[in-house]
Amino acid sequence: MAFPNLRDIAPIDEVGVKERASRYQKRSLKGETKLSALRLALTMLDVTTLEGKDSVGKVKQMCRKALSPMASDPTIGPAAAVCVYPSLVKIAKNEVAGSKVKVASVATAFPSGQSRLRERLGEIKYAVSEGADEIDMVISRGKFLAGDYRGLYDEVAKCKEACGEAHLKVILETGELETLDNVRIASEISMSAGADFIKTSTGKIAPAATLPVTLVMLQAIADYHERTGIMVGMKPAGGISDAKLALQYLVMVKELLGKKWLSNKWFRFGASSLTNDLLMQLEKQRTGLYQGGDYFSKD
Amino acid sequence: MNRLEVKKTYKLYIGGKFPRSESGRVQTLTDKKGEVIANVAKASKKDLRNTVVATRKAQLGWAASSAYLKGQILYRLAEMLEGRKAQFISSLIRSGKTQKRATAEVEKSIDTLVYFAGWSDKFQAVYSSVNPVSSPHYNFSAPVATGVVGIVLDDSSTLLDLISQMAPIIVGGNTALIIVPGSLAIAAMELAEVIHTSDVPAGVINILTGELGDMVPTLAGHMDVNSISVSTDDTELKKTVRLLGAENVKRVVFVDQKKSALGPYPILDFQEIKTTWHPVG
Amino acid sequence: MYDFINGDEYAPAPESTSELNVKEQYGLFIHGEWCDAEGKKTFDTIDPSNQKVLSKVALASSNDVDKAVAAARSAYNGEWGQMSGSDRGKYLYRISRLIQERSREFAVLETMDGGKPIRESRDIDLPLVAAHFFYYAGWADKLDYAFPGKQKVSSVGVVGQVIPWNFPLMMAAWKIAPALACGNTVILKPAETTSLTALLLAEVIAEAGVPAGVVNIVTGAGDTGRAIVEHPDIDKIAFTGSTCVGKQILKAVAGTEKTYTLELGGKAAHVIMDDAAIDQAVEGIVNGIFFNQGNVCCAGSRLLVQEGVAEKVIKKLKKRMESLIVGNPLDKNTDIGAINSKEQLNTIKRMVKSATKEGAEVWQPEGNVPRKGNYFPPTLILDCAQSHTVVQQEIFGPVLTIQTFRTVNEAIEKANNTEYGLSGGVWSDKGAKVFKLTDQINAGIMWANTYNAFDPASPFGGFKESGIGCEGGLHGLYPYVKLNG
Repeated sequence: MAFPNLRDIAPIDEVGVKERASRYQKRSLKGETKLSALRLALTMLDVTTLEGKDSVGKVKQMCRKALSPMASDPTIGPAAAVCVYPSLVKIAKNEVAGSKVKVASVATAFPSGQSRLRERLGEIKYAVSEGADEIDMVISRGKFLAGDYRGLYDEVAKCKEACGEAHLKVILETGELETLDNVRIASEISMSAGADFIKTSTGKIAPAATLPVTLVMLQAIADYHERTGIMVGMKPAGGISDAKLALQYLVMVKELLGKKWLSNKWFRFGASSLTNDLLMQLEKQRTGLYQGGDYFSKD
Repeated sequence: MNRLEVKKTYKLYIGGKFPRSESGRVQTLTDKKGEVIANVAKASKKDLRNTVVATRKAQLGWAASSAYLKGQILYRLAEMLEGRKAQFISSLIRSGKTQKRATAEVEKSIDTLVYFAGWSDKFQAVYSSVNPVSSPHYNFSAPVATGVVGIVLDDSSTLLDLISQMAPIIVGGNTALIIVPGSLAIAAMELAEVIHTSDVPAGVINILTGELGDMVPTLAGHMDVNSISVSTDDTELKKTVRLLGAENVKRVVFVDQKKSALGPYPILDFQEIKTTWHPVG
Repeated sequence: MYDFINGDEYAPAPESTSELNVKEQYGLFIHGEWCDAEGKKTFDTIDPSNQKVLSKVALASSNDVDKAVAAARSAYNGEWGQMSGSDRGKYLYRISRLIQERSREFAVLETMDGGKPIRESRDIDLPLVAAHFFYYAGWADKLDYAFPGKQKVSSVGVVGQVIPWNFPLMMAAWKIAPALACGNTVILKPAETTSLTALLLAEVIAEAGVPAGVVNIVTGAGDTGRAIVEHPDIDKIAFTGSTCVGKQILKAVAGTEKTYTLELGGKAAHVIMDDAAIDQAVEGIVNGIFFNQGNVCCAGSRLLVQEGVAEKVIKKLKKRMESLIVGNPLDKNTDIGAINSKEQLNTIKRMVKSATKEGAEVWQPEGNVPRKGNYFPPTLILDCAQSHTVVQQEIFGPVLTIQTFRTVNEAIEKANNTEYGLSGGVWSDKGAKVFKLTDQINAGIMWANTYNAFDPASPFGGFKESGIGCEGGLHGLYPYVKLNG
C-alpha cells in the first residue's frame, strides 16, 4: 500500500456519470429476480441509529429488529450490522451476541471529524475495546479540500492501525466534496491507505448517498481491484429509504463489480428506515397484495 | 512611325502560377471585324485535374485563416482592381461593350468585392445558433466551408458575374476552380493578374479558360470537388452536372445571373452547418 | 435461474402489449381516407424478434402514388395553402399532444415492427417524436423572422418523403413536422419493413383534424419510392437512407426543377484521447455503436483510441459489453434488440467475416443471443487498419472497429479519411484539444464528451457523401421554404 499516483486517475464527466446511473435505474427486476434481490438487500443493512437522543432502550429494540427483521419468517435477514455511537457499542454487542450481526461504531469525532487526531484515534480504540467489529470513520474534508492529500492518507492509515482487527469503513462525506472528481480522488486515497470499505456519507449532510456518487466509488473499487487484486467494500449511506432505489444500487453492484461483491462482506446499505420498505415489497411479491405500514414492526 | 504593339499571351491560372495548357491548345479570339484579338489557352482535362489538386491543397489553410484576414484580402483585391479600373474598362469596350456599360460593370465588380469582404466575419454570426436543447448540453451550430468549389460560367457571363460568384464562395473559406469560356477569357485572365498581385494565397482562386464541353463533365464527375456553382441556361449542361455530380453527392447550385447576387445567401449556398455538443456539469 | 446473486439473467420483464391493437391489414392513407392499393395488393410486415407476420400492408403502385400526389396538390392549392401559420402550428401542437397521449402504444408498435429495444422506443424515440412536432409547431407563424433580409418566405409545394427503417416514427416526424410548419403538403413513404408506426401516425393526424390530403402515407418498397421520386408533380424530395440510394435519387431528379435534401450514410470516428474521462468515454462508445443495434447512420463505428490508454479502454469496453443484454426487444431490460431484417443481418455477418479474412481480430462477449429471430451480438474488431473493408464501409450494425493513434493530428487525419462526413465523437478533458478536434473533423455533428444525443432544436445533417441539407432546428427550415426578395 502506498500513496496513489494521482496522475493515473482519469477525470470524471459528471453528466456522463448521471446518464450512466440513470440507465442502471432502467433495469426492471421481476419475479424471482426481484424476490432474491430483496432478500439479499435485507442482509446488507447496517441498521443505524446515530442520534443525540439514542438510549439503551432504543438500541436494544433496534438490535432485535436487525436480528430478526420479520418475526414471522426467520429465513429473512438478519441484517449485516447495527451501527451506533461508541458509548452504546457494549449494549449492542450484548444484544447481538451469538449471531452473525456485527456491531459497527462511528468514531473519529463523527460527523465533522473536527478534533485532534490523537482524540480521534483514541475514540477508535475505545470503540474497539467496547467490542466494535467495524469502525466507520470520517475523513477530514477540510484537509482534503485544502489539497492536503498526503495528510489525509496518513490519517486514514493511522486510523486503520488503531482499528486492529476491526474493519475500517471510511466515510468520504461526498455531500461536502462538491465534485465527482473529488469523490474519486478521496476514494483512491482511502483505499490505498487501507480502507476495508468506502462509504458515501454520515447521513447528517444533504445530499447523502446518490446513485452517481456511488457509481463513481464503485468504479474506483473496480479499478483498484484490477490494479492490486484487493477487494474493497462499498457502503452508500443516507437517503436510501425505499426498496426500489435499493435494488437499483444492487443492479449497479452486480453489473459493475460482479457477483463476487453481492454479499454483505462487500456491500452494505447504511439506512434507518429501509428495512420495512424492503419487507413490504417482499410481502407484495409473495402475496400479490400491496402492504400497509402498520403490518410491520417499527423498531 | 507606328510602334509595333506587344501582344499578350493569355495562359491559365493554377495554384498561383500562369502555365500554358499542357495540351498546347489555344482558342483564337477575334473582334467583330474578324481581326485577331488574342489566343487564349484551351485547358484540357488534365489541366483541370491538376487544378483540382492545387485547389484542394489550398483549402484547409484558407479556411483556417481568420475571417478578418479573408476580409482584408478580398478588400485588397478590390483595391487592386480599382487601381487597374481603366485597363478593365478598355478591355470590356474591346469586347464590344459601350463605355458607359463597361464602366458600370467594372465599378460594380469592385463594389461587390468590397461588399463581400465585409461579410467575412459577419455571416457566421447571422447564421450560427446556440440551440436550446433539453439535455444538459451546450450545443451550437455554425456554418463551415463546403470545401473545393467549381464555378462554371458560360458565354452569357460577364466579369461582374464571375466576381459575384467567386466572392461569396471565397469569403466563406472555400477555394475555387473557375471555368470560363473563351468569350470571358481575357477579362478572367486579367482578373487573375489582379488576384495574383493581391494577397490571395496561391491555389485559393484558380481560373481555366477553354471549352466548357471539355472541362465541365470532368469537373462534375471529379470525386474531390465538393460543390459546383453553375451559371447557364443550357438545360442539358445542367443535367450533366447533376448526373455526374451525384457520384460524390456534390452540392450543385444553379445561379441565376439576372438576380441580385448580394446578401448572405450566396455565401450560405456553399456552407455546411456543423453542430457541436458538449455536456455542462 | 433468475436468482439475483447467482443467475446470469434477469427474469423476463416484457412490456405489456395490451394497449396495442395491431390490425390484420393496413391500407394507404390518401386524402384523409384509408384505401386499398391498386389491385388490393399487400405485403407482409414481420416482427424481427421472432420472424412472425405481424400484419399485412398495402403495396402502393405508381397509380396509387398519383392519387396521393393529386391529393397533396389539391390540399396545397386549397385550404392548407391558404391557412395562416398560426393555424398550421395549432394542428402540429395537436399532433404532438396526441402522440404524447398514445406514446406507449406507439412505442410498443415501434419495437414490435422494427426490433429496437422498448427502453429506447419508450425513452428516446417517442419523446423525441412528440418534441419534434412541438418544436416545429412553434415555427409555423414565425417564419418571417427566421430568414434575415427576406421579404417573403413561402412554402415549396408538394413534398415527397422517403424514410428508412432504423427510426421509423422519428424519421417520419423529422420529415413531416418541418414540412407542415412551412406550409407544404406531403406524401410520405415509410420503409417497407417498418410501415406500422407511420400508419398509426396517420390515424393521429386524422384525429387531430388536419385537412385531407395534407399528409398522405403510401406504403411499399423501392418501386413505390421510385414512383415518388420521379413524379412530375412533386416539388421536392426529402430522403433519409443509404448513400447508394441517395445517389440514385440525385440522378433521378437531375434535369428537373425538384429540390432535394438527403440524409445518407456515415462512418463516424469516435476519438478517445489519453486525458479523457475514461469510464464515461467507455459508456459513450457503447452509446455510440450499440444504440439501436448500431443501425444508426451517425453511429460512432470507428473507434480511434490514443495508444497510451488503448489497452485500458479496450479492457473496460469488453467488460461493459459483457453486461449488455441482447434479446427480446419488448423486454424492458434488453439493451440490444433484433436487427430489422434478415437481409441486414446477413450484411452484418458478411462484413464481420470479411474482417477475419483480412486479418483483424473479432471479439464478442460470451452470453446468450437468442437463436430464433434476427439477433447479432455486440462485436469489436480489433487491430484494424485504415485499409480494412470494415473500417471503410458502413456496416450498420453493432460492430465497432478499433484503431489506435499517437497524436491529435493523426487522429484527425484518420477521422477524415472517409467519403462520409455525418458525425464524430471526441473525448478529452482539455477544452483546447476538444475544440481542435471538433473543428477539424469534417462532419456535420460533433459530439464532444458525449455521443448520440439528439434534440429537435439541434440541426442534423451531413457533409460530403453523408448528405445535403439539415433537419432540425432553425436550419432545418431552409429545405422547406422558398425565399424571395
